[in-house]
Amino acid sequence: MSEQLDWVALSGRRAKGKRPEFFDEPALDRLYSVVFALAAEVSALRERQDTVERLLDARGTLRREDIEAYEPDRAAGAERGLATRAYIARIMRGFQQEVEAMAADDPPIMDVVEQLSRG
Amino acid sequence: MADDLPPPYTALTRHPMMPRTSHDEAARFNFLTHFNRYLSGTIGAGNKLAYDKRVLPAFQAEHGRDPEHRYEVRDAMNRDPWHRMWSALKRNSMEMRQHTGRQAVLRQLDELDAMAAQFNEHSGMLELDPAVEQPPYQTAVDIHCQPGGYHSEERAGDVTVGANYDVGLFATTGGALGGLNDGGGQAVVEWIRKERPDWRPRRILDIGCTVGHNAVPIAQAFPDAEVIAIDTAAASLRYGAARAAGLGVRNIRFVQASGEDLSRWADGHFDWVQTTMFLHELSAQSMPKILAEANRVLAPGGLILHIEQPQYTDEMPLFEQFMRDWDAFNNNEPFWSAMHGQDLKQVMAEAGFPREAQFVAGVRAVVDPAIFPPAPDGGEEDYGRAAIWNAYGAWKPLEKAAAA
Repeated sequence: MSEQLDWVALSGRRAKGKRPEFFDEPALDRLYSVVFALAAEVSALRERQDTVERLLDARGTLRREDIEAYEPDRAAGAERGLATRAYIARIMRGFQQEVEAMAADDPPIMDVVEQLSRG
Repeated sequence: MADDLPPPYTALTRHPMMPRTSHDEAARFNFLTHFNRYLSGTIGAGNKLAYDKRVLPAFQAEHGRDPEHRYEVRDAMNRDPWHRMWSALKRNSMEMRQHTGRQAVLRQLDELDAMAAQFNEHSGMLELDPAVEQPPYQTAVDIHCQPGGYHSEERAGDVTVGANYDVGLFATTGGALGGLNDGGGQAVVEWIRKERPDWRPRRILDIGCTVGHNAVPIAQAFPDAEVIAIDTAAASLRYGAARAAGLGVRNIRFVQASGEDLSRWADGHFDWVQTTMFLHELSAQSMPKILAEANRVLAPGGLILHIEQPQYTDEMPLFEQFMRDWDAFNNNEPFWSAMHGQDLKQVMAEAGFPREAQFVAGVRAVVDPAIFPPAPDGGEEDYGRAAIWNAYGAWKPLEKAAAA
């Protein structure tokens, strides 16, 4: 084949077409991109650690190619899937609770303070 | 509680052309698969809540009436802080899927290109035509934010975009399309087997096949038929033809051609003309031309079938239309909104398919239930992405063709 491609640089190429600005402050758009890329990396790290533990449990030793070749069976896949679901629930709690709050329509806390402070 | 967990990425079938993912690349796709389901499921309800609780009341107060078009809903929702956050999450998820897929593909592109070239040289199932121009509706933006769209090349003759499309569909759809991402094509096969169990089409045309993931299951289901899968994008066809060859399918040919000009095929040449999630990638000018050409090359008594997300109707609430429109404005699907707003039956009728010959059927992805849980539906529907589709079709009348 021809000369080696710079796959790291090329992989980040943008898609043609103007990107929507979701927030008034552009820094917030950039920050979302960073935070959730990091969230994915933490998830991948956790999964890798789980793989290492399972391989050590089963064999007592470890080779790096075993990590790359590891494919969870059905039970392990479900356990890891549940762990990923729980991880996402933890990092996304603020969003999830905002949805709950929209449904709940709580009055301002000062209303409650005043109500309970009345003699 | 875990019955509806998506399977791990490694449950995908590793056909020979499938890019090999490292442990961590697969893990990133696993995160995105769960994340996409979380966005549409757990917190997706926030959009309707925001609309009902504050966006709609504010609109009514300002205008003294309800919104009259989904675009009015969109303008109002795009000012809502919840919808902005949710949209930013979803857009980022798409971009991360592309980035993860491209890293996996590009680092092994030499191997993938060499393997594709070998498969395609030996199978004879790939027929490229450099004279075919890329239509403007494919080049105006990179569709669904895939860098390079379906057609661009990182270097001459490469398979990057096709391979990246295949490697990441699993995450985009929350793992709902099955081991070969072919749940759509399998759904078509299941439908036709119930509808006309004894039907044996001899020649089948799939227009806008991309990597052939929905055409291949049709070829597998009808091994005596000859399947022609066309697309304008050579970069997708190269991968698709090699993928099909790697799967051992022989009765399919990937041909670079535009659906707007099927002149190389005679009137009535095909028994079946299929499109799957394709019409929304076109334009208002090209769609009628393609449908008219499809009608011309379809034999009397033959079947035309389009798999799409449901069309917008007056009965569909404006909020749902707005949500289904999300990809049009946030994920580079510029014809999505206008296409789904059309009266497809009328468009089909004008292309030559009489209304009385038309039908609409509901189909959903057919996947191996031992590995893949049912696609989320109902309250958790991922607007515009769910693996639940409408089939818009027609059986071409015999008598009308005889008279023509």
